[in-house]
Amino acid sequence: MNTSLSWIKAYVPDLDVTAQEYTDAMTLSGTKVEGFEELDADLENIVIGQIEKIDKHPDADKLIICQVNVGNMSVQIVTGASNVHEGDKVPVVLDGGRVAGGHDGSKTPGGIKIKKGKLRGIESCGMMCSIEELGSTKDMYPDAPDNGIYIMPTDAEIGASAIEALGLNDVVFEYEVTSNRVDCYSVIGIAREAAATFRKEFIPPVVTETGNDEDVNDYIKVSVENTDLCPRYCARVVKNVKIGPSPEWMQRRLASVGIRPINNLVDITNYVMEEYGQPMHAYDLDTISGRQIVVKTAQDGDKFTTLDGQERNLDSDVLMICDGEKQIGIAGIMGGENSMITDNVQTMLFEAACFDGVNIRKSSKRVGLRTDASGKFEKGLDPNNAKAAIDRACQLVEELGAGEVVGGTVDVYGKVKEPVRVPFDADKINAMLGTEISEAEMLGYFEKIGLEYDAEAKEVIAPTFRHDLFRLADLAEEVARFYGYDNIPTTLPNGEATTGKLSFKLRIEEVARNIAEFCGFSQGMTYSFESPKVFDKLLLPEDSPLRQTVNIMNPLGEDYSIMRTTSLNGMLTSLATNYNRRNKDVRLYELGNIYLPKSLPLTELPEERMQFTLGMYGKGDFFSMKGVVEEFFEKIGMDKKETYDPNAGKPYLHPGRQANIVYDGKIIGYLGEIHPEVADNYGIGDRAYVAVIDMPEIMEYATFDRKYSGIAKYPAVTRDISMVVPKEVLVGEIENVIQKKGGAYLESYGLFDLYEGEQIKAGFKSVAYSIVFRAKDKTLEEADVSAAMKKILKALEEMGIELRQ
Amino acid sequence: MKDKLEQIKEEAIAQIQAADVPEKLNEVRVKFLGKKGELTAVLKGMKDVAPEDRPKVGQLVNETRAAIENVLEESKTMMEKVLREAKLKAEVIDVTLPSKKNTVGHRHPNTIALEEVERIFVGMGYEVVEGPEVEYDLYNFEKLNIPADHPAKDEQDTFYINKDIVLRTQTSPVQARVMEQGKLPIRMIAPGRVFRYDEVDATHSPSFHQIEGLVIDKNISFADLKGTLEVFAKELFGPETKTKFRPHHFPFTEPSAEVDVSCFKCGGKGCRFCKGSGWIEILGCGMVHPHVLEMCGIDPEEYSGFAFGVGLERIALLKYEIDDMRLLYENDIRFLKQF
Repeated sequence: MNTSLSWIKAYVPDLDVTAQEYTDAMTLSGTKVEGFEELDADLENIVIGQIEKIDKHPDADKLIICQVNVGNMSVQIVTGASNVHEGDKVPVVLDGGRVAGGHDGSKTPGGIKIKKGKLRGIESCGMMCSIEELGSTKDMYPDAPDNGIYIMPTDAEIGASAIEALGLNDVVFEYEVTSNRVDCYSVIGIAREAAATFRKEFIPPVVTETGNDEDVNDYIKVSVENTDLCPRYCARVVKNVKIGPSPEWMQRRLASVGIRPINNLVDITNYVMEEYGQPMHAYDLDTISGRQIVVKTAQDGDKFTTLDGQERNLDSDVLMICDGEKQIGIAGIMGGENSMITDNVQTMLFEAACFDGVNIRKSSKRVGLRTDASGKFEKGLDPNNAKAAIDRACQLVEELGAGEVVGGTVDVYGKVKEPVRVPFDADKINAMLGTEISEAEMLGYFEKIGLEYDAEAKEVIAPTFRHDLFRLADLAEEVARFYGYDNIPTTLPNGEATTGKLSFKLRIEEVARNIAEFCGFSQGMTYSFESPKVFDKLLLPEDSPLRQTVNIMNPLGEDYSIMRTTSLNGMLTSLATNYNRRNKDVRLYELGNIYLPKSLPLTELPEERMQFTLGMYGKGDFFSMKGVVEEFFEKIGMDKKETYDPNAGKPYLHPGRQANIVYDGKIIGYLGEIHPEVADNYGIGDRAYVAVIDMPEIMEYATFDRKYSGIAKYPAVTRDISMVVPKEVLVGEIENVIQKKGGAYLESYGLFDLYEGEQIKAGFKSVAYSIVFRAKDKTLEEADVSAAMKKILKALEEMGIELRQ
Repeated sequence: MKDKLEQIKEEAIAQIQAADVPEKLNEVRVKFLGKKGELTAVLKGMKDVAPEDRPKVGQLVNETRAAIENVLEESKTMMEKVLREAKLKAEVIDVTLPSKKNTVGHRHPNTIALEEVERIFVGMGYEVVEGPEVEYDLYNFEKLNIPADHPAKDEQDTFYINKDIVLRTQTSPVQARVMEQGKLPIRMIAPGRVFRYDEVDATHSPSFHQIEGLVIDKNISFADLKGTLEVFAKELFGPETKTKFRPHHFPFTEPSAEVDVSCFKCGGKGCRFCKGSGWIEILGCGMVHPHVLEMCGIDPEEYSGFAFGVGLERIALLKYEIDDMRLLYENDIRFLKQF
C-alpha cells in the first residue's frame, strides 16, 4: 500500500510533519511505513520559464538557442529538443540547480548538477527539462511528449516553482499493512490513522446525492445466486458517457501511488479503489444482454477471455458475473473482453460488490490471475463500504462531467453486516498492559479512530470496517498503540518462582557436542528433507525399510521432497563439499532428527529420532572413530562394556570395516568406513569414516550419577599372555573370555601386541594381552591370580588358541 | 691435639675451595669426614687421651666437623647454583616457534547463539522444552487462532505432508502443547527447526530455527513482556542496547508487537548494517490471545501471559556478521572454524 503525503493531507488538512516524523510516528502507532520517496529529493532550482525567442545555432544543425523568461530575468539556453516553440512554457533548471536523471529515464543517485557552459561555442545557462529528467515518466504524465521538453499549461505562472506546479513536491510512503487491518488498504483508512496518531482532525470526503430522475432499475436487474460468495452487489448506471482525460489533480494523485492515468472513467474507478479500498468495475451496458446481471459460479471446463485478451480456464468454484446469456467477468478478479469499456461507450454500468475473500484468493490462484482488485478482495472487504464507494464514484463522474448518472442504486444485500459491540473495562485493560491510563483517555483514542462508546451498556461499538475488534484484548491493543508502546512501563513478571533448566535429553546432547568437539569434530547442520535418490546413492536395496519415507506434498523440488530416514546423506554431502574444496582432514558431526513413519500413509506424526552423526576423512581411521564413540559413552555414564558386531549388514559401508555398536544387548548405533562405491557416488576421494548413534536408544542408559569408588590401596598384579590365534577369531571374543573368566579380582586388560606375518603360521595371528588383577581389601597372593589365569587360559585353549610361552 | 684439629680444618677448607666439581667435594668429604677419614682417625685416637680431657677433645672434634661440614655445604650449594645456571642457559628455546595444538572442533554459530539465548532465559527461570518438527495442522495453525482459510496457511508458505500434517512453520505450536498440559505457571523457551516454502538464497532458507518463549501466570502484563525482552536484548547485544516495540499483528497474540534493537554496530546512529535506520528488527511478540488460552484449556480471566518468537539464524547472522545464510548449511570447515 502506497499513499502520497498530499493525498493524506487532503483528509487531514492540519497535518504538518516531515516525511521522517510521519514515518516514525505512524510506525509506532501501528501503521508501519516501510520507506518513503521524496519525489523532489534530487530536484533543485527548477522554475517555469517561457520561451521568448528561438534562433538557429550557427554551428550545429540540430541545436537551437532559446531565450527563456524565467520571471526576474531572461536566460539563454541551447537545446537539442525539437518540440519547443516560441511562447511555450517549460520547466527550466537554472544554473546550479539539479535534475533527477537523464532524458532517457535513467536516474542518477543524488541527481545531476546543471552548470552553465558552452554548447558548440554558444553559452547555455540552465536546461529545459523533459518529464524523465524530473524523475517521472510519460506513463504518469500522459500529456508529456514522447521525446522532448515537457510543455506546461498556458496558464502556468512564469518564475514559479515547476516542481510544485507538477505536483513533485510530494512524498510517497510505502506501508506494510497487517492482514487484520483491511481498512488500511485505502487512503481514507491510512488518513484516519494519521489523524489519530497526530491528534488532528480527520475530514473524509463528503459524498453527495447523485443521479437524474430516472430509475436505475429500468436499466438493469441484478440477481445473486451464491450469496455466500457475494454478500453484496451494488450497481449504478451512467449514460451519455464522455470519455476524456481526467483532471490534473486526479492524474497527479494516481501517479503518486504508481497508477497510470488512462481516461476519466478508468481513473475514477482506480481513484475510488485507492481512496475507499473498494475495487470497482465498469461494463459497457450495451454489451450486457437481457439488461441483467447474474452472479453465479462457473462450470468445470468453462473458458473465458478476460479483458487482457487472455483465455482463462474456469471451474465450478470460480464466481462469475454473467448477463442474460453469457459470462462477462470473473468476479473480483478481472472483467471480460466481451463487456469492456471502449472509447465508443454510450452507457456504462458501475459495479461495487463484496466477494468472499477466501474464494477470491483461491480462484485467483487457480485461474492464475492476480490483480489489484483480487488482492484487495481476498483480504475480506466490508460490504458496507461498497455503497459508499459507488456513490463516491458517481459523484466524481458528475464532478468531472464524464457522463449523466442515472438515479438510484441496485443494491442486492442480504444479511447486513452489523457493528460488533465489545464490552469495555478500563481497569482490565490497564491490568493487561501494566498501565494506569484513565478511562477518558482511552475513550478519546477510540473516538479518533471511529469507535463509538455506549456508556450505558459499557460497550465499544466497532464500525464494520474494523473487523478485527471482538474482545477486550483487541481494545487493549488500540489503547496501547495510541498511548504509545514506548510509554508502557517495563517490569519483570513476579509470582511463583520457576526452575530454569534443560531437559535430560538436551543435556545429553550438550555432552555429545562437547565430546565431538574435544575430539576435533566441528558441528554441521543439514536439511531435514532430501531427494529420494539418496537411497540409490547409499546402495540401499529396494526393500530397505529406510525407503519408507514421509513425503512432502508440495516440495520445493524433488531434491527436497522426502523427510530423511537416515542422517548419512547430509553428512556425506557435507564431507564431499569439503573434499571438493580441497579442505584437508575434515571432521564433522551433526545432531539432527530423522523421521520414521509409524505407518504409511501417515495417519499420526512420524517418530522423530535424534541422530548423533560423526563423519571424517583424512587423519584417523576406524579406531579413531571408535574412540570418539566410547569417549562419549563414558562421559554419559554408560560404564558397561559396549561390543561391536561386524555383521552390521550396512550396504553403504565397507563390508569388512563396519560394526553395529551393541550395549547391554541392544544395537545403539553403527560405525564403519564408507563403501568405496558410495564414496564415489558422493565424490569423496579419500577413505571416509562415519559413526551414527541413535540417541533415543541410549537415553535409558545415560546418567549423570557418579559414585566415588576409592583409590586402590593395594598393589596390582599383572600377567601378560601371548597367543597364536586363528585369524577369524576376533579380539573381542578373547576379551569376552577374559571378562567372563577373570573372576572378582580382574581389574582391567589391554591389547599390547598384534602381529600377522611371516613368523606366524598361515591362517593365524599373534595377539598379546596384559591382564591386571587387584583386590580392594588385600594384597593379592599368587594363588588368587593363578586360579583366575587358569580359567582364562583354559577357555582360550578351547577356542583353538595356542598359548606362547 | 688442638693444633692438629686446626690443621685438619684448614687443610679441608683449602681442598674444598680448590674443588671445581661436586665429585671433588665428595672426595673431600670422604677424605676428612668419612669412616676412614682423618677426623674419624682423630676420634679413634681418643683412647690415648686422658679420660678427663676426653669430653673437651670430643667437643673440639665435633666443632671441627661442623665447621668443615658448613663450608662443604656452602660450597655445594654455590656449585649447584652455578651448574643450574649453566644448564638453564644451555636450554634456552625459541618461544616463537609454532605451538603444538590439540585439534578441537568448532560449534555451529547457530548453536553458539542458541546457547547464549538459553543461558539468558534459563537464568530467568525458563525451562527449555522441545516439540515435534513434523506437526499437526491443529497445533501449528488452529490452536494458534489461524483458522482453516487463513492466508498464512497457504501452500506458498507451508510444506504439507497431508491435509492434517505439516512441517511446522514456527515453534509456536510448542506453546499450545505446553499450555495444554495444564501445569501452571509456565516459563519456557522452545528452540527448534522450522520450515517455510522459501527457495534457498543469501537471505532465505526453507529450513531454519526459531526460539519460542512463553510465560503464563496470574497478572502477567504487557509491561512484563517489555521488561523481559529488554533484559534479553541487553544480555544478548550488550548493556547499552535499547529496544523499540512497534505494534504489529499476529493471530495468536493481542496486543502484538515487533521489537527492534538499537544497532549494535553503530549504537543507533545509522550505518550500512542497519540500513541507516539505527534499528534492527529481531523478534515478534505479544500477549497470548485470550482465545488461544481458551483453546488450550486456560481461563483467560484468571491467567494471562506473553509469547515471543526469535529467529535464531537472524541472531547468528547479525551477531557474527555472516553475510550469506547458505554458509550455515554448507558445513565448509573453513567457515565453521571461525566460531
